[in-house]
Amino acid sequence: MPGPGSHGKGMIPSKPKNTKSTIRRLLTYLAEDKVLLLFVGIGILLSSSVQIIGTSMLKKVIDQYLFPMAGNYNVALMQGFIKTLMIMLFFYLVGSISTFFYSRIMLRISTKTLYRIRTQMFEKMETLPIKFFDTHTHGELMSRYTNDTDAIREMLSNSVANFFSSAVTVIGVFSMMLLYSWQLTIVVIVMLFIMLNVVKTIGGKSGNFFKKQQQELGAVNGYIEEMIEGQKVVKVFCHEEASKQKFAQLNENLRVASTNANTFANILMPIMGNLSHVLYAITAMVGGVLAILGQISLGTVVAFLQYTRNFSQPITQISQQFNSVLSALAGAERIFLLIDEQPEADDGYVTLVNAFIDENGMIRETKERTGIWAWKHPHKEDGSITYTKVEGKVEFDRVIFGYDEKKTVLNDISLYANPGEKIAFVGSTGAGKTTITNLINRFYDVPDGRIRYDGININKIKKEDLRRSLSIVLQDTHLFTGTVMENIRYGKLDATDEEVIGAAKLANAHSFIKHLPDGYQTMLTSDGTNLSQGQRQLIAIARAAVADPPVLILDEATSSIDTRTESLIEKGMDSLMKGRTVFVIAHRLSTVRNSHAIIVLENGEIIERGSHTDLMSLTGKYYQLYTGLFELS
Amino acid sequence: MVKKLAGCLGEYKKYAILTPIIMIGEVVMEVMIPFVMAQIIDKGIQGNGGIAYTVKMGLLMILMALVSLSFGALGGTFAARAGMGFAKNIRERLFNKVQDFSFSNIDKFSTASLVTRLTTDVTNTQNAFMMLIRMGVRAPFMLIGALIMSFTISTKLSTVFLFAVPVLAIALVLISQTAYPRFKAMLKKYDGMNASVQENLVNIRVVKSYVREKHEITKFKEQADSVRKAQYAAEKLVIMTMPIMQLVMYVTIVAIIWIGGNMIVDGDFAIGQLSSMISYVTQILMSLMMLSMIFIMIIISRASMNRIVEVLDEEIDIKDIHEDSKLKVKDGTVIFKDVNFSYSGKENNLTLEHLNFEIKSGETIGIIGGTGSAKTTLVQLIPRLYDVLSGEVIIGGYSVQDYTLKNLREEVAMVLQKNLLFSGTIEENLRWGNEEASMDELMDACKKAQAHDFIMAFPDGYQTDLGQGGVNVSGGQKQRICIARALLKQPKILILDDSTSAVDTATDSKIREAMQSSLKETTKIIIAQRITSVMDADKIIVLDDGKMNGFGTHDELMETNVIYKEVYDSQQKGDK
Repeated sequence: MPGPGSHGKGMIPSKPKNTKSTIRRLLTYLAEDKVLLLFVGIGILLSSSVQIIGTSMLKKVIDQYLFPMAGNYNVALMQGFIKTLMIMLFFYLVGSISTFFYSRIMLRISTKTLYRIRTQMFEKMETLPIKFFDTHTHGELMSRYTNDTDAIREMLSNSVANFFSSAVTVIGVFSMMLLYSWQLTIVVIVMLFIMLNVVKTIGGKSGNFFKKQQQELGAVNGYIEEMIEGQKVVKVFCHEEASKQKFAQLNENLRVASTNANTFANILMPIMGNLSHVLYAITAMVGGVLAILGQISLGTVVAFLQYTRNFSQPITQISQQFNSVLSALAGAERIFLLIDEQPEADDGYVTLVNAFIDENGMIRETKERTGIWAWKHPHKEDGSITYTKVEGKVEFDRVIFGYDEKKTVLNDISLYANPGEKIAFVGSTGAGKTTITNLINRFYDVPDGRIRYDGININKIKKEDLRRSLSIVLQDTHLFTGTVMENIRYGKLDATDEEVIGAAKLANAHSFIKHLPDGYQTMLTSDGTNLSQGQRQLIAIARAAVADPPVLILDEATSSIDTRTESLIEKGMDSLMKGRTVFVIAHRLSTVRNSHAIIVLENGEIIERGSHTDLMSLTGKYYQLYTGLFELS
Repeated sequence: MVKKLAGCLGEYKKYAILTPIIMIGEVVMEVMIPFVMAQIIDKGIQGNGGIAYTVKMGLLMILMALVSLSFGALGGTFAARAGMGFAKNIRERLFNKVQDFSFSNIDKFSTASLVTRLTTDVTNTQNAFMMLIRMGVRAPFMLIGALIMSFTISTKLSTVFLFAVPVLAIALVLISQTAYPRFKAMLKKYDGMNASVQENLVNIRVVKSYVREKHEITKFKEQADSVRKAQYAAEKLVIMTMPIMQLVMYVTIVAIIWIGGNMIVDGDFAIGQLSSMISYVTQILMSLMMLSMIFIMIIISRASMNRIVEVLDEEIDIKDIHEDSKLKVKDGTVIFKDVNFSYSGKENNLTLEHLNFEIKSGETIGIIGGTGSAKTTLVQLIPRLYDVLSGEVIIGGYSVQDYTLKNLREEVAMVLQKNLLFSGTIEENLRWGNEEASMDELMDACKKAQAHDFIMAFPDGYQTDLGQGGVNVSGGQKQRICIARALLKQPKILILDDSTSAVDTATDSKIREAMQSSLKETTKIIIAQRITSVMDADKIIVLDDGKMNGFGTHDELMETNVIYKEVYDSQQKGDK
């Protein structure tokens, strides 16, 4: 049974580029259950051959028993008749039972295959570098989980088994036909040739029309999305009539294109079906003449007629599923492309460990959570291990960076942040502020030795350990579906309820959370739409607080909180920042005033640096920005 | 529901009616073919018809097949026309209805769900409809036709069907009834899984910076596994139809050969007739299968149809009260008279409470207040984007409800907080404000909004393509284009809802100066976070939790209003 919206006809017959290897690769997924697949094969073989055998027994029944017995009873023949019928019934039973089993096993294999494809895709996706997500839209990636896997699902549940059973049937029936009568077989071959040509012609034409339909559908859906997204603007500008008119035009174009496409799809089935009736008629006629001439027996004619049915049915079926198989293969190809993506490289070997300081003042590793962290640095040359206390010292040494080779985003950036210092970045959009913070946690990599964390080259630090030692609060705060408690706990999965509430209090989020219908157990829907943007940011700050990292990055973390609330949470923010190295990016310059150092960036270069007082007395760019003389967008 | 959707057929109704009728023609031919075949065997081969009769009958059969082919192809053509026309009409009705929606109608559905209703749900309904008109009549007619033919051939033999048909029918009904809730459960799990993939895409930086990849993978695996189980549970029922169908068919065939064979032995039945009876077994049982498939398909698409009808049935809550009102807004006075407002329409959950104030035409009014103090809500009442719960909003001397929406909104321009540009060039976007504006007027508006210079700096100037949602310009630039678009309307009242938040203070004040000098007659209402944006206004409204906390000039408020002073201090601290 097809799910909603997953009908072969409606799909884009986008052609897979490398059909052979895609099929081979899909088969390897199926082949992981070799034994089960073997059973499926046996099942298909049984159920298809039963059909052929059944029909050949029909010939036997007619020629050996019914024809001679017609109107004159014979005990021996009657016994033979009953015996043959019993055998026939037995075969048929075996056939039905094997159909039942093989389709059940096939379903198990195909659902497992889908599970494997989905989880492999997701596992791979989680390991991909940020760069990958920069260059692919969410819609594009989502459609691999929806449209593409749906197409594969349909192919696995409808087409794969069908294809094998059709192949078995066609081969089996064809050999029986040759065995029974070569003359009639020629008739069948000629008709088959005509039918295949019809499929090819109509299929080719409908392919073009489907492409056109898909384009128009894209235009209509794009317009719908844009207009509904901007519906409130439409209302404010009384633009309703104009957008209705434009839509009517696009909609009519779609109707014309889809009528053309569906006409071809719709007539394919009746044409194929009725051509098989023509084949049936010709067989009956030619067979009849041959029988009258004594060339073949009556049973042969009857059986042959039955065979023409068995023969053309799978061909019609396969031709119907052709488009959906093509789009499934194209979908599989896109999925494999994702699975084959290069994961985020990580050859770091310096790890983060819990530590304590022994009586001699030495840093020692421990399994317990002591609140003290250390970098465990094994040295390859002599096999020794050194421990460095995690303090949060960050250095940039003449860093040059660009997202692609052609365009440099950061040029010759050097900076130094001592443990516990607050460093602010100021500059307009595109100046490179966020890029700097993205380099610290290695969302993007720079060449060796340029960035050091507690004196260690960050490329030597294992990525996950590096990131665990940093917390980041982003401008666009996205939360997860789950309770408020779970969302804050995301920062530290084993945090107790008290720790979570403590963090919320620190971020000044406790007071509004308390007033939510279910307090900390309030379910947040995807993206936390039942909270205001400001409240979401407070939760994100609490999430960072519970993680308790030595280094904190605040990327426009308070931009959606109004100034009054911001001044209310300032105390909380201050205590959150206390004792940590903090990098702040802020639009509102009032929030960065008390930084140890303010770095003004322009076009990826540091143009000014110093404390607020230093920079104000410089009367340079910062002064202009601060006094509102210059645009910051 | 059916009636409502049937109404969408419109001019394509004739195709919707013709399709099943033509399908009947195809069915009649298909049902007759095995009958003629029996004649060939019994009269041509076994009887004394000979070659001439066989060929004659054979040609008749070919002719019938060709006629059937034409009927089938014609039916397919008509079905495509009916189906696609139907979909077009539904889509258009939905779209037009949504265009007429008020803000609260839109809020109720959410944009994402409206988009799904107009796209996926329409496609599902269209497919179900096409299947219905093609197969909905064909299958039962095939069933009845084949039954009639078999009874004509032999009543005695046909009694077999009296057992076979009910057995298969009951099995199919049982299967689809049990399967339906399981499919629903599966789809729900499936949606949940996709939602979490979406969430991961949006949150990828959070996931990575907290090193929660493994945590997310474990979560996803659980979900994917429950989808797998749900799919298995649902589909294992459906795939049972095939073996059950085979079983019933095979047993019926054997029964017919046994009974028919005995009749042949008794001399009152012919071999050709037996052969055609076997053909009818396939036709009858296949059409039953087809019926059950249609049944399932309709059940599945019922949810989609419901969602479509929900939109069509939605009561539009803001309409012209005096449709033929010729009343035009004559000036920009705004009076709020004891205005109460609630999004839920309930007295005990007021968003705005007892608002009273008067704005003279041409004044500049600032509105200040914290997050959630209902600033946006207040201004949305002016162009009647929402209706008040009680009290009155009076514009230019008349209640907003006395004007037609068109006349009212022509004169009230509003730059929304979440403002959007549309795909197309800058010029095309500006023309939303005034279709007939000359190029000079466009440029003039852009100069006032401080947008002209940066627009001219683009290689294509006013012809620059903005891309969907205006992705090709920065936040501050977008806001200024939006302001220019609103200025082009030359409104009596101009509302700026936090529309310069991404613009620097210097440019911001230039925009205000330009408006001050060129829009003397226009009432300007400005919502802002920055106190500098509103401190020069004639009057400032301080909102707190939906209540008026202060109303006066900057100096007055600095003296008397605690909240205002606090906001001022929080922003000025840095300078001292």
